[in-house]
Amino acid sequence: MSDIPRIPVIEMFGVSVAALRGGGAVTVADVHWSVAPGEFWVVAGPEHSGKTDLLMLAAGLTSPVAGRSQLFGRDLSDLGGGDPAARRRAGFVFQGGHLFNRLTVAENVALPLQYGRNLSLAEAAPEVQALLELLELAPLAEVLPARLAPHWRQRAALARALILRPELLLLDNPLSGLGARQAQWWLRFLDRLSDGEGLPGGLPGGRPMTLVVAADDLRPWRHSRRQYSLLRDRRFIPLGGWSGVESAADPVVKELLAIPLETTL
Amino acid sequence: MAGKDENNFDRGLPHFYAAVVRGIPTRASDPINPPGIPLAPLPPSYRDFLGHKLLLFLRTVQGLGAFALITLGVLLQKINVASNVLRPRFRQEVARSGVALLPMFGFVALGLGFLVVGQTVAALAKVGAIRYLGTTMVIVVVRELGPLLAAMLVLARVGTANVIELGTARALGEVEALEALGIDPVHYLIVPRVVGMALGVFSLTVYLILGALGSGYLFAFLQDVPLTPGDYFRQITEALSWLDFALLALKTVAFGFFIAIVTCYHGLAQPLRLEEVSRVAVRAVTQGVVVCVFIDALFILLYLLA
Repeated sequence: MSDIPRIPVIEMFGVSVAALRGGGAVTVADVHWSVAPGEFWVVAGPEHSGKTDLLMLAAGLTSPVAGRSQLFGRDLSDLGGGDPAARRRAGFVFQGGHLFNRLTVAENVALPLQYGRNLSLAEAAPEVQALLELLELAPLAEVLPARLAPHWRQRAALARALILRPELLLLDNPLSGLGARQAQWWLRFLDRLSDGEGLPGGLPGGRPMTLVVAADDLRPWRHSRRQYSLLRDRRFIPLGGWSGVESAADPVVKELLAIPLETTL
Repeated sequence: MAGKDENNFDRGLPHFYAAVVRGIPTRASDPINPPGIPLAPLPPSYRDFLGHKLLLFLRTVQGLGAFALITLGVLLQKINVASNVLRPRFRQEVARSGVALLPMFGFVALGLGFLVVGQTVAALAKVGAIRYLGTTMVIVVVRELGPLLAAMLVLARVGTANVIELGTARALGEVEALEALGIDPVHYLIVPRVVGMALGVFSLTVYLILGALGSGYLFAFLQDVPLTPGDYFRQITEALSWLDFALLALKTVAFGFFIAIVTCYHGLAQPLRLEEVSRVAVRAVTQGVVVCVFIDALFILLYLLA
């Protein structure tokens, strides 16, 4: 791990995040956060606590209302729309997939590759096929997203994000609505990505992928090597490792761990 | 974005002003006019309402103008970017805004020829003014009715679909997904539509004019108007000048460009919820008609000046 460049992948200094679909109201304020290369972060919080907005800002898809946010050591204002290559270093998996409804699964996965490298669909096909097979999506390659079950849509969105082999992958509530079997598949696959083994050929230099996951249930994400943080009352609270989560007295953390709270009648 | 501002327009208004705009009764003693400025004949609520509408109009013009400039900038700047992805998109849009509408335009050209051109030819023949036929046809069909009708039909058929498709894509998060993948949404979604619609309106106008003039003569022929096909088309070609060809091309491309801009602006820049899409579609079509009439008026000025 010593050859990993130490420039933080994500860095935020006093950042305030506005809601994309909430009329510009601030959902999280004064965020100080640093994500080192290769780390696996789980950002937990109840519904509507601003997890999606924080992840979108971290990926450079929105701008902070206040403070400064950096991606791969560069200010988000520098990234803007002028440097799509820099943006492609970060992949994003939206909750529900946000697939392009008029394109088939294979076309959805191929599009970023085609656009980034100016390839025709036929030229992109071998790489797309390999990834679809890895994610068990090959039989669904020619299916339109509307005909897919939600868990396959989510998996197709993962394939679309991975086709560019991003160094950072942000996932918005990837286990939402999944059954136990599907959830296990996702946890195993993300662990492999985090270990640098998930993709054939891996990332350049054999580096592990940096992962940031938003979650509204902490139980499936228990792992000694992960970092955790909590969003509540517009605040970003780093919790450290799993021991920090277990020892946290915060009632919201207990809610997210499904631990019954003491009630006073 | 200007669109967002427009929706939240009331929020930045002073309390009194916002109350008047929303129709809430206010006290008569509230200061409306600064001292020294005489009162206008309209009641204050009407004036404020008109002012509010005027500001909304100016904001829309500003938003549309900015969107048009951004689209032009992207079109010129990224003309060779991802050509393998964009070329099929261009073909798709040209087919949608042009080729797919040919049967409908054939029918409309036939109708326009029978109803307007044929009757005009017959009427001119009755009053012995058949020598003005060429000029009349060029003014009515080539300069005005052909381009405007083509633009309106494309607006109705393709413009509406644009707003709904882009509005739905926006509401379903596809635009954010494009940005997350490093794909410029204006380049991928808007530029092909703008190019397709500009070429579509131009080509369809040419077909509409040719069809209307042809079917118009057929109607006149059926009415036994004493006019040979040679005389009919000679008169029309003599009444046409190079300016007609140049301005027809410019006008139809402008129609297509601005219809695409208005519909794409409303589709892409505004809806964040699915239920907003239909309301935005109606507004986009209305504004599309206004923009086309405005462009048409500008071109009339150009004709008059030339």
